[in-house]
Amino acid sequence: MPHDLPSAAQLVESVREWLEKDVLTSTTGRVQFHSRVAINVLAMVERELRLGVQQVVDHRERLALLGFTNDAELASAIRSGDMDERFQEVVDLVRASVLDKLAVANPAYVAAPTSNE
Amino acid sequence: MTSPQDISADLSAALATELGVARVTDLARLSGGASRETWGFVADGRRLILQRQRFGDIRDMGVEARVVQAAFNAGVPVPELIANGSGDIGSGFMILSHLEGETIARKILRDEQFSQARQSLVTQSAAALASLHSIDGTKIDGLPSLDQVQQYRETLDNLNVQLGQSHPTFELAFRWLERNRPTSTRTTLVHGDFRLGNLMIDANGLCGVLDWELAHIGDPMEDLGWLCVRAWRFGSRLPVAGVGDYETLISAYQDASGVSVDREVVRWWEVLGTLKWGIMCMVQTSSHLLGMTRSHELAAIGRRVCENEYDLFLALEEKW
Repeated sequence: MPHDLPSAAQLVESVREWLEKDVLTSTTGRVQFHSRVAINVLAMVERELRLGVQQVVDHRERLALLGFTNDAELASAIRSGDMDERFQEVVDLVRASVLDKLAVANPAYVAAPTSNE
Repeated sequence: MTSPQDISADLSAALATELGVARVTDLARLSGGASRETWGFVADGRRLILQRQRFGDIRDMGVEARVVQAAFNAGVPVPELIANGSGDIGSGFMILSHLEGETIARKILRDEQFSQARQSLVTQSAAALASLHSIDGTKIDGLPSLDQVQQYRETLDNLNVQLGQSHPTFELAFRWLERNRPTSTRTTLVHGDFRLGNLMIDANGLCGVLDWELAHIGDPMEDLGWLCVRAWRFGSRLPVAGVGDYETLISAYQDASGVSVDREVVRWWEVLGTLKWGIMCMVQTSSHLLGMTRSHELAAIGRRVCENEYDLFLALEEKW
């Protein structure tokens, strides 16, 4: 490792804990709201540091299954209609990528209630 | 520099002149966005609301004033338009009657005092929509008519270029929308942002439809679909504004308007609405990324785009 401890994740965690313990409790209104946003942002960064490396590999593998190397190629093929014949397959792979993004951005979202038939 | 007291005094004086009243008191700013501000005040004992545009907002508030007046005339619950114009009060302004009620979605969805209101809200919303959709938008001078798909396609293309990114989910949604676009059977006035947050609710239910700045000429089913977008359920399980189901909305709208509604057409507009909201989140985060407004709150919104993507997959489950 090129760096000493704490790791990047541990550094971010330490700032998040300080925001939770000291800043959130000693502020009100707008500043408190923005502290809460900051805590959420740092928690997101911690999750990305934990899951991100594997997610990059998985994302690349999914793209490769469709014959692409990046999102731009896939997006442009969908747009031009080239993927119409494989639409359901594309939907399933893109949905898997979205679930990975949510696992970092907001893991609780997938568990939220829904009533779509 | 002009102090807040000076601004208040100048504005109070300008309002008194405009309205021809002796005294304007209790002037207080209620909210302010990037393009407009809302103020509350009392004119000779009567509570009123001022909405004014900031300089630089290019929209013509006169169009919105004409829309509010037309909605009022058609029996839609809206604040009464008292005055509008441009000048000392703002680059564009409207003075409206004050309505008593609540607009904060989470309170409306959870507080005991609105339990009765929640029961009636879908039926009342359907009736209000039926009334406003009875208005011929082409009779309102200056009301825009834009193809929503094309408009948001252009917005997304510009964002993708500016931010150097691409969104396969949004492309899937656009492709689905293109391939499944229903034929519009009616063209009317469309509110354009009919959802909790823009609806004034009291103990009896809907008492005011607010925020007409996105009104346009279009397919009235747009308003029904937008009301069902998952973001506007604010965490509730129920699909229509977080308080009701599709069947109730559709049958109440049919009863009030005499027009039959196709569930799949409402779904098409809900998918477009979900996509629009996702693109709007990208617009918000771009103002941080491109340096217009540096803010970690706006930055964080960029990572909410995947929530909209997930909602698109939910809305289209089994429908691709």
